[in-house]
Amino acid sequence: MTSNLTHLQQLEAESIHIIREVVAEFDNPVMLYSIGKDSAVMLHLARKAFYPAPAPFPLLHVDTTWKFREMIQFRDRMVQESGFKLIVHVNEEGVARGVSPFTHGSALYTDVMKTEGLKQALDRYKFDAAFGGARRDEEKSRAKERIFSFRSANHRWDPKNQRPELWSLYNTRIKPGESIRVFPLSNWTELDIWQYIHLENIPIVPLYYAAVRPVVERDGMLIMVDDDRLELKPGEVIQHKSVRFRTLGCYPLTGAVESEADTLPQIIQEMLLTRTSERQGRLIDHDQAGSMEKKKQEGYF
Amino acid sequence: MAHQSELIEKDILAYLKSQEEKSLLRFITCGSVDDGKSTLIGRLLWDSKMVFEDQLAALEADSKKVGTQGGAIDYALLLDGLQAEREQGITIDVAYRFFSTDLRKFIVADTPGHEQYTRNMVTGASTAKVAVILVDARKGLLTQTRRHSFLVSLVGIRHIVLAINKMDLIDYDAEKFKRIEDDYREFAEPLGFSSITALPISALNGDNIIEKSANTPWYTGPTLLRFLETVQVEDDRAEQPFRMPVQWVNRPNLDFRGFCGTIAAGIVHPGDEVRVSSSGLVSRVDRVVTMNGDLDEAVAGQAVTLTLKGEIDISRGDMLTVPEAAPLFTRHPEAHLVWLHDEPLRPGQLYLVKSATGITPGRVTDVQYAVDVNTLEQKQVTTLGLNEIGLARLELDRPVPFDPYRENRDTGSFILIDRFTNATVAAGMVSEAVELESHKALLADLEPESGSTWTRRISLSELSATSLNVVDLTAEYGAFILEAPITLLAHLEKGNRVLFRLRDLGQLPAVALLAYEHNLAFEFDRTLEGISVLLFKRGNLPQDRVESDTGTGI
Repeated sequence: MTSNLTHLQQLEAESIHIIREVVAEFDNPVMLYSIGKDSAVMLHLARKAFYPAPAPFPLLHVDTTWKFREMIQFRDRMVQESGFKLIVHVNEEGVARGVSPFTHGSALYTDVMKTEGLKQALDRYKFDAAFGGARRDEEKSRAKERIFSFRSANHRWDPKNQRPELWSLYNTRIKPGESIRVFPLSNWTELDIWQYIHLENIPIVPLYYAAVRPVVERDGMLIMVDDDRLELKPGEVIQHKSVRFRTLGCYPLTGAVESEADTLPQIIQEMLLTRTSERQGRLIDHDQAGSMEKKKQEGYF
Repeated sequence: MAHQSELIEKDILAYLKSQEEKSLLRFITCGSVDDGKSTLIGRLLWDSKMVFEDQLAALEADSKKVGTQGGAIDYALLLDGLQAEREQGITIDVAYRFFSTDLRKFIVADTPGHEQYTRNMVTGASTAKVAVILVDARKGLLTQTRRHSFLVSLVGIRHIVLAINKMDLIDYDAEKFKRIEDDYREFAEPLGFSSITALPISALNGDNIIEKSANTPWYTGPTLLRFLETVQVEDDRAEQPFRMPVQWVNRPNLDFRGFCGTIAAGIVHPGDEVRVSSSGLVSRVDRVVTMNGDLDEAVAGQAVTLTLKGEIDISRGDMLTVPEAAPLFTRHPEAHLVWLHDEPLRPGQLYLVKSATGITPGRVTDVQYAVDVNTLEQKQVTTLGLNEIGLARLELDRPVPFDPYRENRDTGSFILIDRFTNATVAAGMVSEAVELESHKALLADLEPESGSTWTRRISLSELSATSLNVVDLTAEYGAFILEAPITLLAHLEKGNRVLFRLRDLGQLPAVALLAYEHNLAFEFDRTLEGISVLLFKRGNLPQDRVESDTGTGI
């Protein structure tokens, strides 16, 4: 034998195989692009899968209007560099009703602006397959989800009635209106993602690197004051701290960690030495026990 | 995650470099309910420091709320992800877990032991190289231990860890351990595993999981983790003849035509000759294209794009191979089927067959036998129900390239998909290509009735109730009437189906008359074989399938 593939080479090959399979078997696929590090890796793999051609599907960003400004700048730069077509969808109904994480609570806000927004976009463009960057190591209910995960016409996931998934043979058959969510990064861990970004020199949003940023302490988390929509509560003071983000989402719901890590190896070092898992920076999981599973059944990615 | 923490702290770049060469091992755990599988994996994650503080906090809270360890940490809760399962206290589906050491990254498929969920075990085992089979030391080998061992051997796993758990409850008795090990080796002998490693463990207390246990001084073998880190799983795919199913043809412009796919076996270099399975045409590889630059060589497991020197017609569904070792290219594979669905196999009915090279319609023409997974004995059956395993013959609408599954899991496997519900109903593993035996039903000429000398009466002779059921009329000429014996009608009454092959449409009225006289439904189909008519008793169909059997064709 000439060479054994390393674990990253095997993961890369598996993901590329999955992405190609979707393009071969679906009429109208789309790649959910959340701008985070997992999306960065997924986008990179999509480019690799079809090189030298551009990937034959668009990116979809469901914009809650509360993303970090640097995320939006980065998104636009990546789209320009990679040549992907980008579709940005905002739940205008939610905007019109003034839904915000401050006034409606994180559960309702996430449901309206993310889950509903996503369903609207999938319905409007009639996508039959949607790539998502979720990993099985992120959360317990994700550990049991298939790589090709069936969704009913109402976008619902039925965890008790999943199609068995064997070898690398994926059942892509659906009826009109139904769809498949596809998770090419299912078998990657957070460490794999960071190692791969390091090895392949994949650009990521600067918010992952430590810098001095304005933050307030709220509910035990450091929330960045990204724009003037963040109203200070009594007793809250804007502090300038060297912080970075382990995960990126809507800025009012995403906690920063104090850090000096401003290079990729330092980030990985910090991650390896830390003892807190990455979804803890997100408010969304803490609302109720099994909350991720509930959200997923309702159509959240 | 505290492995090599010193190196991580002092020289992160050196650490990252050292991690680049890590290998990947996929393994499966199986055992009966309450054997402690989830606890074992929870313990592996725990002891290899893959549990974070917040997960630990959640685990402590959950252990108090729904734990089965009287408030102490219940490691199983790390794994039992779905709420419904927590309430039932059992794992109900395949869960994938990840942990790594300095030598390897591991992907663990945690699968249920419940009988009705065998399909999940086959699913988890399909990608695994090693199986950890749990046995309760107090109970020894159970029916399910045998079933799981048979299944993992069927799916091609060659290395078995027999984890004899709950040793603490038998006072770490070496003799009892040895007896279970011996029983197992005797049972597993015909399954032909490359290695069987028996370990005395306690998942709950951590004996011989990561650290050698002081409770088993008589045991000199490796701990579970040490074994998993060092076991050599033969990946001989790179040494086999080159195979690449064409997954997608990449043609962005007239100047570039690339064939994308994952190499299923062997090695490919620019300049190598490759043969197209469908046409037999041979060309030469021009480039092995990747975004990181062209490669001089690509090996099994890599996802690549090949360009060829000559323009030949190749599309998804083809397989590129070395010219001197072509794959089977057949419409009639014989394969082991594992039935995964509540609704049993319907011989003769059209399914979708998905293999490494795409989707082809096809039917199961014959179930040769089913295997009793407890005794490994073969029994005669006409169909397969949920969790049943049998050897079956298929007939595909067009030839598909396959390798025998024992030679290559990727090019030797397929799934069956129900055309109407889109459910994945079976997993298939090709053993060989066979010529279709279509003369199971013998026809006998009877005396013509007086006054109708131009008509032949053909009597369907005794059908063996355990065989299938193809009646070949393609060699018959002239008009005839069919007569069905009572055994055939009884056979149909039980829900079996009989496929008639016709030479031409002129033979249709005779078959239609048979259906009419005996209240049978039929499906009409035109395939490469010619005209096929499937006869069956409508009343035996489940409600939800009635709409699909209107007799109006496929």
